[in-house]
Amino acid sequence: MVEIRVLSATGMLGSGFLESSFDRGLALAPHVVACDAGSTDAGPAYLGAGQAYFSPEAVGRDLRLMLRGALRVGAPMVVGSCGMGGGDAGLEGVRDIVLEIAREEGLNFRLALIRSEQDKGYLKRRLAEGRILPLHPAPPIDADVIERSSHIVGAMGHEPIAAAVEAGAQVVLAGRATDTSLFAAVPVLRGAGEGPAWHAAKTLECGTACTVQRRRPDSIFAWVRDDHFDIAPLDPEGRCTPQSVASHTLYENADPFLITEPSGTIDTSTARYEALDERTVRVSGSRFRTANRVTIKLEGAELAGYQSIIVAGVREPFILRQLDSWLDGMRAKFADRVQEVFRGKVGPQDYSIRVRVYGRDGVMGKLEPRAQEIGHEVGLVFTITAPEAKTAKAIAKSFGHFALHFPIPEWRGLISGLAFPFTPSEIDKGPVYRFTLNHVVVPDDATEMFRTEMLEV
Amino acid sequence: MAMLGDLARLIRSKNAGPFMLTFDVMFEDDATYRRVLAANVLTRERFAEIYRVPAAEVQFFHHDAACAIKISIARPCVQCDLDDGDAYGGQQHAPLVELVIPD
Repeated sequence: MVEIRVLSATGMLGSGFLESSFDRGLALAPHVVACDAGSTDAGPAYLGAGQAYFSPEAVGRDLRLMLRGALRVGAPMVVGSCGMGGGDAGLEGVRDIVLEIAREEGLNFRLALIRSEQDKGYLKRRLAEGRILPLHPAPPIDADVIERSSHIVGAMGHEPIAAAVEAGAQVVLAGRATDTSLFAAVPVLRGAGEGPAWHAAKTLECGTACTVQRRRPDSIFAWVRDDHFDIAPLDPEGRCTPQSVASHTLYENADPFLITEPSGTIDTSTARYEALDERTVRVSGSRFRTANRVTIKLEGAELAGYQSIIVAGVREPFILRQLDSWLDGMRAKFADRVQEVFRGKVGPQDYSIRVRVYGRDGVMGKLEPRAQEIGHEVGLVFTITAPEAKTAKAIAKSFGHFALHFPIPEWRGLISGLAFPFTPSEIDKGPVYRFTLNHVVVPDDATEMFRTEMLEV
Repeated sequence: MAMLGDLARLIRSKNAGPFMLTFDVMFEDDATYRRVLAANVLTRERFAEIYRVPAAEVQFFHHDAACAIKISIARPCVQCDLDDGDAYGGQQHAPLVELVIPD
């Protein structure tokens, strides 16, 4: 019987793990040490601006232990979605940290870098060929959307990672990849059952998120065999139960039973979960349905402008009873002031002023069932967005003053209707990004969209 | 009578990618899970009514192995768009906590 052992260092590179847990995993002789380093979960700015989520210090701490440990036991180390967004900037940031650690520690290894940032010409060609398809719900797409996007990545499947390992890579740093591919690549390559390999991968990718009471980010271990896998946390005080492992299929998925991967679908609807002991769970009956064509999911981010924000409170009952008309009125009237200040060069379509009302529907917006209720005070967050930072700031400065004194009919004389907790009242937020794509590409094969570079370190 | 929040071990919402929101209502044991299912209060139709979205656009699952009810909808606006106020989608489950489940 095949048994491929997988050590998941933690749920997110840079979030940390106990060295003792990780060492226990190394002692179990893993065939691969893997970790996810990114997601769309924190928003489009990481992909759009190519900025990292965690500090180099936090990422370096985890990577140092992983590199030393994986090389010592002779297991390939796989890290994917480097730098959060998984674009080239993120990959290169993690590469530089790895190279610095290698120098400091005197480590030598074959390093594979797999880039997943997409060429706009390639995508426009695929679009024209009808080989970019929308998922649900998808924003509209045309060549202009591709052109406008600051960065676009494709989420690789296990194939480019497995190919790098086959080519002798001891360390694989991947750009954007599906979380599961990082953990499934080696088990699938080494002949473990596909159903168990992919379901195990889904369970491992968030580290200890599949345990009963996740106390901290930590390492977890799976034994993947022909027709089942076993999983247990490496901290002796942690526990997996059938329910905790089954529950992890819920996390961040729209459908708990079917998870789409580039080369097929993980189907956990017939999975059985049984306790092997107090803290180890065996999962059998999971299936992987191979698709008749490969689909690579795209993620894109474009600059949506520059923002300044204003935070303010309102306590006055007369204002609160007409809050919406007061806020609408001040923004409508302010348009004239913008005309004066910019001498007609900035029109209403060149900027937006939005307001979020905390204490009413600030959190849920359109989904709030109690939006007609209002407390004795509200918090307001105004967001002023414009194509240039200096325009946003200039508008925010004038708007803050204008809004502060915007009248209501009940009072005769000058009012100050906003309580600012800060002064200056405007805060520069910098560039803001938006997601542009929820689409897949149908490539000729699973590797054509990804570029692998081998380095001898 | 009890509130759903008192019966569940965890009620949470979260992004499922930048375009979807998903809600997990998870129970400690099978008996509580079955009790809530039998009460027939948290249904696709009720969810659609609370969140004012068309029932046909609500994905609704019973996950027996996890003792959980799972619901997914399209986000009312894309994650981190100018009108979005919840980047992680983590605070959209609140109305479910106070759903009343009869004995």
